[in-house]
Amino acid sequence: MTKFMFRTFASTLAVGVGLLATQAFAKSDITIAMQLEPPHLDPTSAAAQAIDSVVYTNIFEGLTRFMGDGSVVPGLAESWEISDDGMVYTFRLRDGVTFHDGTTMDAEDVKFTLDRATAEDSANAQKALFAGIESVEVVDPLTVKVTLSEPNGNFLFNLAWGDAVIVAPDSIENIKTNPVGTGAYTFGNWVQGDSITLNRNRDYWGDQPTLETATFKFISDPTAAFAAMMAEDVDVFDNFPAPENLPQFDADPRFQVLVGTTEGETILSTNNKQPPFDDILVRQAMAHAIDRQAIIDGAMFGYGTPIGTHFAPHHPAYVDLTGESAYDPEQAKALLAEAGFENGFETTLHLPPPSYARRGGEIVAAQLAEVGITAEIINVEWAQWLESVFRGKDFGLTIVSHTEPMDIGIYARPDYYFQYESTDFQALMDTLNATTDPDERTRLLGEAQRLISTDYVNGYLFQLAKLGVAKAGVQGLWANAPTAAIDLTQISWSE
Amino acid sequence: MSRNLFLGTFLSSLVVLAALISFVWTPYDYSALSIPEKLQPPNVEHWFGTDHFGRDMFSMIMVGARTSIAVALVAVGIGMALGVPLGLTAAARKGSWLDEVIMRGNDLVFAFPSLVIAILITAVFGAGAINAIIAIGIFNIPVFARITRGAALSLWEREFILAARVSGKGAARISVEHILPNVANLLIVQGTIQFSLGILAEAGLSYVGLGAQPPTPSWGRMLADAQTMVSFAPHLALIPGVAIIVTVLGLNLLGDGLRDWLDPRIRVARA
Repeated sequence: MTKFMFRTFASTLAVGVGLLATQAFAKSDITIAMQLEPPHLDPTSAAAQAIDSVVYTNIFEGLTRFMGDGSVVPGLAESWEISDDGMVYTFRLRDGVTFHDGTTMDAEDVKFTLDRATAEDSANAQKALFAGIESVEVVDPLTVKVTLSEPNGNFLFNLAWGDAVIVAPDSIENIKTNPVGTGAYTFGNWVQGDSITLNRNRDYWGDQPTLETATFKFISDPTAAFAAMMAEDVDVFDNFPAPENLPQFDADPRFQVLVGTTEGETILSTNNKQPPFDDILVRQAMAHAIDRQAIIDGAMFGYGTPIGTHFAPHHPAYVDLTGESAYDPEQAKALLAEAGFENGFETTLHLPPPSYARRGGEIVAAQLAEVGITAEIINVEWAQWLESVFRGKDFGLTIVSHTEPMDIGIYARPDYYFQYESTDFQALMDTLNATTDPDERTRLLGEAQRLISTDYVNGYLFQLAKLGVAKAGVQGLWANAPTAAIDLTQISWSE
Repeated sequence: MSRNLFLGTFLSSLVVLAALISFVWTPYDYSALSIPEKLQPPNVEHWFGTDHFGRDMFSMIMVGARTSIAVALVAVGIGMALGVPLGLTAAARKGSWLDEVIMRGNDLVFAFPSLVIAILITAVFGAGAINAIIAIGIFNIPVFARITRGAALSLWEREFILAARVSGKGAARISVEHILPNVANLLIVQGTIQFSLGILAEAGLSYVGLGAQPPTPSWGRMLADAQTMVSFAPHLALIPGVAIIVTVLGLNLLGDGLRDWLDPRIRVARA
């Protein structure tokens, strides 16, 4: 009996080792974990970042695209010409590009995509990107002429967003569950609540990627994320939710940790229309009451860069304005007294689920308490946050990371949830949009950053870091996140 | 005094004492964050170490005991205040439609998985200590109603009740004057058990974020916060975990001991 058991055991072991060996030699698949599952797979009709993470450049491509370093390069458009007045863009499309269903990608599809995004009833989450488009004209099957109503120096950048990917009229109906694009990977299978599988597109117009299949797995719980990574159930964790665990991965030779930048400005959003926050002195007082480094150390275990305005520090036009709101509780108390709140006041602090908000919020509340402001913490789920804070504007303070790239323009929208209304800023944005000269744009962007910083619109906390964890053999991952994307075409396994 | 009773009293009073002392004194301000001092293991200055925000764990455990006890005590209070009169009424009107309505209503509440419904209540009406108390309290009602009715029913058959009836006392008066004092022992024992279950329920609710909200410390939330840090700072999870164990164990031993001590049948058998 014992002998028999031993034999069974030995043969099982042998088979196991054999399996392991084959796996090690021909590794052409990858399992990538993400924290959030996409609600559906149409990047052109929702703001959810998780959609872009799965489909951007993998399934769908735009006329231009972001690279891992944040640069914008040609995508489906091979080249383009811009008229001297900056109003007309003529795109030359790549020849021989087909959608996954076999139909050809041509100028009609581009026109369809842009018309759909600019339409009255457009469901696009970033309509502002396309707002300047006056008309789209098909010159010939491979040439499209886009006419703008006013010059827009950001236009090529805007077209690189996941919200501007090219879709086909034939497959638009089922795009949410069966996305058909032009990318190097085709949609395979979606097990709701668990994973999405993509397969390599044999007919891809560009270079064939190395990976045969890719599985995106959704693990929302930080503890489960840690366990899955440690057990090597997943190969990559796109943005690891628990920064406190990174030193352990770093010390483990099986893993690599990629710390990079994101476009996420984490801010203490302030309801500028709600008293007492309509008083600039109160907002200034709060800005001085906050110790950014303590928040970064306490909530993010040191990962993150302090910011003094709503702008990414790795961007060339960034101006370091953290000095405008340096940590100084005494000054904060003096300012509060000046505003007539010697004894402080009470407000609410809505915190969505991510740890930067929940942990950061506890620290912010404690720091505000030091100067006499009582912020009642209200933990909310994302759906509730969107409903009551973002749409309902029913909040005093909240902490959230604004992860869209170059989104300082939201301050020109008085109906945006933090309700900052400044004609100066709106005029500045209009000028900026009409300016194409790079130096002048940099100057204007600096001015815009200074304006919202000295108006203390929101509490500017830190730039969210991208914390990737991967097995040691994975190559080609984006360290930074210029946009939400997991570019599979660049990823491969080392020998 | 039995060993159970002694150990139970000792452990329970330890926790109650910690909670009471926390009103006037804690080693440190439980809400004072000190990020540079975070994640210290237990040491001379911080007996239970510090948490991920550099807060003193000993102070947090003391105040957490207060939160746990407050929630569980009020919840048991709700259960007794509503459950006992219901049980007495049902027993006094045995077999009537009122008895049926009360007891079937209790069965209905009993049929629900209590913690799941507690989660539902707090999720719908908002997280917080008050809603947690209500949610836990509701599920204590049928427990006390049943116990009271069962014990009262057998008492109603007794001669001294018959004597009271003959002397012209009404059912309500008999229930209060004669039945209640005779079921009190039972209620105290059950109250102790329910109290320990209430502490567990509070810890469970705050573990999923539906109990007392930060910055009020709560053992369940301390456990939840510690989850991702267990591998490098085990004291974060061990200490609130042990606190919960000690409290629940203490209260259960106390309940057992009290039953042995108070139950006349056992007392007689022993004598």
